[in-house]
Amino acid sequence: MTDLSQSPAGAEPRKHGGSLLQQTSHTKKRNAAETRFKAYGIAAIAAGLLMLVILVTTIVGKGTGAFQQTFVTLNVELLEAKLDKKGNRDLADIKKVTTFGYAPIIKGAMEAAVADLGIETSLKPKQLAGILSKDVAAQLRDYVIANPDQIGQTVEFRFLASGRVDGYLKGRVTRDSIANDKNISPEQLDLVDALAAAGVLEKTFNLDFITGADASDARPEAAGIGVAMLGSLFMMLVVLALALPIGVAASIYLEEFAPQNWLTDMIEVNISNLAAVPSIVFGILGLAVFINYMHLPTSAPLVGGLVLTLMTLPTIIISTRASLKSVPPSIRDAALGVGASKMQAVFHHVLPLAAPGILTGTIIGLAQALGETAPLLLIGMVGFIASNAPETLADGLLAPNSAMPAQIYEWAKRADPAFYERAWGGIIILLIFLVTMNTFAVILRRRFERRW
Amino acid sequence: MNDMTLMDNTVDTQNIKIAAKDVNVHYGDSHAIKDVNVEIEDKTVTAFIGPSGCGKSTFLRCLNRMNDTIDICRVKGDILLDGEDIYDRRVDPVQLRAKVGMVFQKPNPFPKSIYDNVAYGPRIHGLARNKAELDEIVEKSLRRGAIWDEVKDRLDAPGTGLSGGQQQRLCIARAVATEPEVLLMDEPCSALDPIATAQVEELIDELRSRYSVVIVTHSMQQAARVSQKTAFFHLGNLVEFGPTGQIFTNPEDARTESYITGRIG
Repeated sequence: MTDLSQSPAGAEPRKHGGSLLQQTSHTKKRNAAETRFKAYGIAAIAAGLLMLVILVTTIVGKGTGAFQQTFVTLNVELLEAKLDKKGNRDLADIKKVTTFGYAPIIKGAMEAAVADLGIETSLKPKQLAGILSKDVAAQLRDYVIANPDQIGQTVEFRFLASGRVDGYLKGRVTRDSIANDKNISPEQLDLVDALAAAGVLEKTFNLDFITGADASDARPEAAGIGVAMLGSLFMMLVVLALALPIGVAASIYLEEFAPQNWLTDMIEVNISNLAAVPSIVFGILGLAVFINYMHLPTSAPLVGGLVLTLMTLPTIIISTRASLKSVPPSIRDAALGVGASKMQAVFHHVLPLAAPGILTGTIIGLAQALGETAPLLLIGMVGFIASNAPETLADGLLAPNSAMPAQIYEWAKRADPAFYERAWGGIIILLIFLVTMNTFAVILRRRFERRW
Repeated sequence: MNDMTLMDNTVDTQNIKIAAKDVNVHYGDSHAIKDVNVEIEDKTVTAFIGPSGCGKSTFLRCLNRMNDTIDICRVKGDILLDGEDIYDRRVDPVQLRAKVGMVFQKPNPFPKSIYDNVAYGPRIHGLARNKAELDEIVEKSLRRGAIWDEVKDRLDAPGTGLSGGQQQRLCIARAVATEPEVLLMDEPCSALDPIATAQVEELIDELRSRYSVVIVTHSMQQAARVSQKTAFFHLGNLVEFGPTGQIFTNPEDARTESYITGRIG
């Protein structure tokens, strides 16, 4: 392919004779090769772009459903006879009523709604309530415990519809596909259609998916990624607090102070090697050292953060050293020339100039760590946390938690297609974080990059 | 050696600022400076001339121990500043560099404001007790750098935004702000146009009244214009050292004559 190819042996060397207006065969060949190469390049880029478009449309197409959820608005009469038999509003007594005790109330509310709207149906009360999520009883109970004074009143609630009903409205579940499904019947779908027509049942934006906690296998409609987001946030805080100072200190020492000898050469080579070590190796290292040896709690963001710190350090060190190197030596000379000590030269002049590059590298390292899954699986960062945000926040770094990519993996593993949709939704959120971080890094680099 | 006797004849030992005795510099395996003996006078401009790679810049950087930053560089021999060996173990190079300022080949202002460029040295050496004193030092230094009138209205503007000649004079102002006794200049005009060069040369002549100035230059005309003493280096040797007029009109060594007439170099 190169132009350096020799003329075939024995061929007469060409002479630069003849008219310039006429291209020689040699020139024609060279131009054709160049045109061909350009075409290959454009084709490669086009292929890449096509993949990207397919990827983005697939993700958006499959994931946006997770941000919408079907809700049923019902008036519920909180019967005193069921919820507070003694009538003294004693919280201890109210708490004795389990979620099973709330089932009759929900059935009653459904029956009343169907009767109010004048919908003809042959369904029994239990089947009527079957279109609602299994999470509804818990939601109701939480409300009653929080507001015991409302017992005896009729309150309007917005209940989650079951995953099947939600799937029916999103087109995932059809009348054909439920032929062998015990969870839902065609009559129930008729009811759903009637409720939707009456405006009682509707599909709206679902904030709970972004802020909520994971839910059990039977209740995909209640699952959210919020708690896993918190877990990721905790881990990123640990990574930032450890990897940035350690990485920057190591780079400054290696770049500015360390003598050039075989030991520093070894360290340099090994840092580059570490950057290429598969992340699962760091995972098993974390399992062996942090959990088995140091007995830190499993599934804790602290351990996840430590493992990701190990993974991120080489990235930060390499980018920090590159940006320190890009500060011209004349700046160091200038500082030393007016009598600054080596450390003053570095901290007053070199480091501020390298800071945008260091930050860019750190953000990219963090983004990499944010999307990392394999090491988290090994240290058990796939905790099932059903409690919501405020409680999880208080538990902090040592309580079990999950992380966004691990949560996505968990959802993708589950059988119900409703979880599959949520996995795609989780991917969208993860990608939004990554794109934001990378955009920030690019802006930082563009804005503060100094050309010498 | 011939030049030794020459020096003994011409230099008045009363005013010696820097005396170098048998200085040898090695960069790894290469012997960059060979047995250099030179005595630099106070309140004089001394020019180091010679072809590229002759060791003049290396020797200049020995005078404020800037070579310390290069791992493989070894300096042997004595360099005395006011009779004190600057390579003595007790000498802190940082303290030395405050006393022996340096201006570099390429103007290298810090990417900060003009004010901060000049104020940096006095700040880290604690030369000013308060803002008013610092302002005074900055103004005085910028005046000595012959750039005050051009920048007095925009002290907050970045130093890197000035023209090349202004930048170099700013660097000179920055160097004199720490109250040095010696100013080393490593080809200070090689990156400047002729007009800026003329301004800097004029400035160097003014600086002579306060400092001992040592300038490395590729331009023989420049050496002739600004210096009183000239040292000619060749292949790491100090070939000839004497009054500038004598070096340029009546050199003793054949190599010096060849160089200044343009036959080597």
